[in-house]
Amino acid sequence: MKFLKYLIVGIVFGIVMAKSEAISWYRIQEMFRFQAFHMYGIIGTAVTLGVIGVALIKKLKLRDVQGNPIQFYPKNKSIARYLIGGIIFGLGWALSGACPGPMVVNLGYGFLSFGLVFLFAIFGTYLYGAVKDKLPH
Amino acid sequence: MIEFLKQPWTWWFSGIVISAIMFILIFFGKSFGFSANLRTICAAGGAGKKVAFFNFDWKKQIWNLVFLVGAIIGGFIAKELLTEETYAVAISENTIEDLAALGFSAPTSVQPGELFDWSALFTLKGFLVLSIGGLLVGFGARYAGGCTSGHAISGISDLQIPSIIAVVGFFIGGLIMTFFLFPLIFG
Repeated sequence: MKFLKYLIVGIVFGIVMAKSEAISWYRIQEMFRFQAFHMYGIIGTAVTLGVIGVALIKKLKLRDVQGNPIQFYPKNKSIARYLIGGIIFGLGWALSGACPGPMVVNLGYGFLSFGLVFLFAIFGTYLYGAVKDKLPH
Repeated sequence: MIEFLKQPWTWWFSGIVISAIMFILIFFGKSFGFSANLRTICAAGGAGKKVAFFNFDWKKQIWNLVFLVGAIIGGFIAKELLTEETYAVAISENTIEDLAALGFSAPTSVQPGELFDWSALFTLKGFLVLSIGGLLVGFGARYAGGCTSGHAISGISDLQIPSIIAVVGFFIGGLIMTFFLFPLIFG
């Protein structure tokens, strides 16, 4: 039962991603061609509220439901891994029209061929794990 | 009411809900990062025996796998209960024209049949497009330490420089694919 709340939050995520068309390959193409505001509006609204909310959590030193202080851990400093990794991710995002979340939402929506995309995303993650020590980080 | 919900939902509502999801997870003591599930699935499948990167206590990530299952159910509900039969994504005319030049017809649903119909999947080119697309997303997300949720939403909300660099990378990659590689692949 302790996982039920995550199931509900996941369902809300899936519904809103599908209903706002963020799962659509067409919308991702439109975004990378800078031909509509739609995807920028979604991400921009989420980030604007996110920046305000995170700043408030820090300022008010809020705690989570278990009573632990909410902490934000700074990611390791690097340029290479974020830039190169990001470019590889972006190539795949534009080609398949989906990042990992929308892949599985599409699966539920009935586009079963996203099962193949998702399987290969798992395989890609495995490949990264296998060769990571040879890559610049 | 249901008729209203069956229309496409506006961008600002989606943005508000996505940030709310991030904050709900933060208040549950977790963080919003979807691609972590890919690593968890590798670990749960036993990859930790061969590759140290997957040798961690993946059971602490079960909550995120449950979130993933919820996302699948959410997609199903959106399609079966909240969408009209004759629904197509209303993208801009300019995009329709650009995609027509690459051999894609105007949208008749959420995804182009040219890429995601079974008939496309069982061609060599169709198979390669979807499998290489997925492979790049999975490899790149873990190399960059996160995907759209972990970097573009969570990381930038915390004004983290690494996340800003990663999102710049997402766009460099997306633009190279769209403007240089698409004409070679689909032209």
